[in-house]
Amino acid sequence: MRAITSAIFGFIFGAGLVISGMTDPNRVLGFLDVAGNWDPTLAFVMVGAIAVTLPAFALARRVRNAALGGPISIPDRKRPITLSLVIGAAIFGVGWGLSGICPGPAIVILTTATVKVSVFFAALVLGLWIASLVPARAQRRERDDALQNLIR
Amino acid sequence: MASISNALIGGALIGAASAGLLLVNGRVAGISGILGGAIRGEAGVWRWTFVLGLIAAGFALPAVAPYVSAFDINPVGSPTGDIPASVTTLAIAGVLVGFGTALGTGCTSGHGVSGISNLSPRSLVATLTFIGVAAVTVFIVRHLAAGA
Repeated sequence: MRAITSAIFGFIFGAGLVISGMTDPNRVLGFLDVAGNWDPTLAFVMVGAIAVTLPAFALARRVRNAALGGPISIPDRKRPITLSLVIGAAIFGVGWGLSGICPGPAIVILTTATVKVSVFFAALVLGLWIASLVPARAQRRERDDALQNLIR
Repeated sequence: MASISNALIGGALIGAASAGLLLVNGRVAGISGILGGAIRGEAGVWRWTFVLGLIAAGFALPAVAPYVSAFDINPVGSPTGDIPASVTTLAIAGVLVGFGTALGTGCTSGHGVSGISNLSPRSLVATLTFIGVAAVTVFIVRHLAAGA
């Protein structure tokens, strides 16, 4: 059941990306080109989305349990603003500015089956995979330190 | 120019899907997180079916509704032209987007829509950072590098 509802929400999300213009890299770059022929329209995508999602989060905090059972996992908003958060966001910003493509649209426009989109998506998956190696190394270092302390 | 009504309606659909995944499945609709979890083999078929739903929308929408005439005369799903970046640039950009969103724990959907709706200061900081840096990047590519 969770798999089916998730597919439906994925479809609605994708439809929203297409209708709003977020899947068109030229429009996204037009939105980001503040000093050029600036097209501010895409700011309204966020306005429309947050207008619906904001009350949903307020409701989620109250009901606590998902309609299909189990707790609703709401990220802890009090988590600190870390250097890796800001550096990660900045690195994403460079990639987004170079391409005009963010992860959701990257998946939706796979259907256009062009070389450019395929290369971007493969690189995106590679980037996600490289990042998954980083915390593993940090954890290993932590474990090594713990061992060192035990020996001492 | 894309139309404001299309942007608002599309945005509301993105918001409805995010709200639905949160309240029905108990999960936050952060695409980089969902995709990252799927390729790392984390538990949950829902990650893969969500991705399939996104792909299905890419297939269905331009075919079923080439024009959302009720709202606007703008074509839906038809890009306004070729992606301006070269294949090499896109390869670099893709790695940066994947690595950056994983390190920064979110993208336009996770931080920009859900995080801000969760009234999370760190998501607001992340969102302002990636939009700001992306705008600077476009400025350099279009106005500095092009003129040099």
